[in-house]
Amino acid sequence: MSQNWALCLYNKISQRLLRPKAGSSVTAGKSWSEFFIESCIRVLGFSTIGFVLLIFFFLLKEGLPVLWEVSPGNLFGTRWYPTFDIFGTLPLILGSAYVTIAAIAIALPLGVTTAVFVREVAPNWAREILKPLIEVLAGIPSVVLGFFGMHVIAPLVRTTLNVPTGLSAFTGAVLLAYMSLPTIISVAEDALDGVPRSYRDAALAMGATKWQTIWRVVVPAARSGIAMAVMLGMGRAIGETMAVMMVTGNAARMPLSLGSIFMPVRTMTATVAAEMGEVANGSVHYHALFGIGIILFILTFIINILAASAIFKKRNRGGLR
Amino acid sequence: METKKLWSVVNNKMSPRAGFVAICFVLLMSAIVLPGCGNKRPETSSERGAHAQTIENKGSDTLVNLALAWAEAYMQAHPNVNISVTGGGSGTGIAAMINGTVSIANASREMKPEEVAAAKANGISPVEFIVARDAIAVVVNPSNPVQHLTIQQISNIYTGRIKNWAEVGGENRPIVLLSRESNSGTYVYFLENVIRMENSKSKLLFSPDTLLMPSSEGISSEIRQNPNTIGYDGLGYVTGDQKVIAVSKNENGPFVIPSAATVKDGSYPIARPLYVYTAGQPEGQIKDYIEWILNGGQTLVAKLGFVPLQ
Repeated sequence: MSQNWALCLYNKISQRLLRPKAGSSVTAGKSWSEFFIESCIRVLGFSTIGFVLLIFFFLLKEGLPVLWEVSPGNLFGTRWYPTFDIFGTLPLILGSAYVTIAAIAIALPLGVTTAVFVREVAPNWAREILKPLIEVLAGIPSVVLGFFGMHVIAPLVRTTLNVPTGLSAFTGAVLLAYMSLPTIISVAEDALDGVPRSYRDAALAMGATKWQTIWRVVVPAARSGIAMAVMLGMGRAIGETMAVMMVTGNAARMPLSLGSIFMPVRTMTATVAAEMGEVANGSVHYHALFGIGIILFILTFIINILAASAIFKKRNRGGLR
Repeated sequence: METKKLWSVVNNKMSPRAGFVAICFVLLMSAIVLPGCGNKRPETSSERGAHAQTIENKGSDTLVNLALAWAEAYMQAHPNVNISVTGGGSGTGIAAMINGTVSIANASREMKPEEVAAAKANGISPVEFIVARDAIAVVVNPSNPVQHLTIQQISNIYTGRIKNWAEVGGENRPIVLLSRESNSGTYVYFLENVIRMENSKSKLLFSPDTLLMPSSEGISSEIRQNPNTIGYDGLGYVTGDQKVIAVSKNENGPFVIPSAATVKDGSYPIARPLYVYTAGQPEGQIKDYIEWILNGGQTLVAKLGFVPLQ
């Protein structure tokens, strides 16, 4: 049965891909090896999904007990003092959200305008230089950026803006914006690339200037791709740990006002990273940290689904690819 | 052009059979090599076991430099002993000892009753040794004019009741609070002995605005460059570019600067013992090592800015 099935598949593939000569000389040995290789690839492919599922089940197993070990009033309270069994996760969730949104607010205009410049305005030779340079940005290790943020950006922010400390949500947002820029730029650039030439030609033929073409036709036509770029940048920002831990000050306070941007915050990732080494296996604190891991996992999952739905929307609308 | 040609050659020559053989070859090689790696390990470790023993030592960041100095000096005198030292915080070291991964835990605080219970549940009965004394220095930026504070004032500052340096005789600047992370023994000691002022019924906590720095270096770099900050750390970690505050138990003084002498005579109020915990009564090499720390090793204690026992 499986032999037949494999043979059938092999024939199909060979008809499509290989030269006619190869297709005509199918032997039993070849189809068997093909089946073997294929199943190897299949197992490897499925194992990736399997690992994700295993990680999720591990998170659930270690994190869910916190729901009955800690009362809900405590768990969703506003104070995080794990040494004294006070596990209010609200300041951490808000802290992560605050820093991420601020980072995207900085990175979105920068990233989209850079993408527009690289794709639509820059001459060919400049594009050839800029694109690899932008990709190099993505390769800088986050701990290096964190060190730079701690010793250069934080003092600069404190002295120029005259705030009590430079280790604040703002400094963290600046660093995160810098880190999510390469993602946003390259995905947004792809989206602009996908806008058909006929759109530009039509706009120019109607007498639109280059600026009007870019701003009123090309960018709106690519907006679902740009939305995806923002989502992927957000995913990068919310999961970042090291740089954030080094520059945000890690004070678990509630960031409720706009002015909180210049106050320290504590993010979920920094909390897990800073406290995981200390906890005894199986303690309430240990389960609480895994609970934070579940929240992070779900948040990035939602962000990725939103990004994926942006792609589907683009496909369904048609004409833009 | 060139690459295209090459590719077509590869395409023609590389039959599925060849690919299959290649994969089999790789699998076979890994089957031979991987268990080989596994086999070698126990052999070498048992070989070494006859000559050298590795003592794993982990815990308090306050103690880590001292523990390293001890380990280096001891290994020089006893080449057959191998001591590895890592930091991470008192809680980290004690957790590692409870989990059975290290034989010696360094701590800048006493083990909590629940930690002792967790260790007993794992079949380990920890034994405590006091190995040195340490003072907690309260530090500010050198440009800060404040010279001295009472413990009550420090407590009020760290709980957020005093928010401006002007209230304690300084300039009109907001106070930025710096602390170590909550896994640090120094954090717990400072909370119990300074913020709660040794009152075990007190429920005072660090202000939520306190910046929790992941390392001593994080604290010193922020103190160095920010005139609004106040921080605390072990005396051995205070560098020349931080200003040490004189501390007094009550308003009438005396205000005392921390030093080996003032810790020894008991006049500096924020001093504490530093501990080493072993998993069970120490035996063999570990016993010799601990005995050496308590006697010969004490000369190194003063060198690193701590206070020796005698």
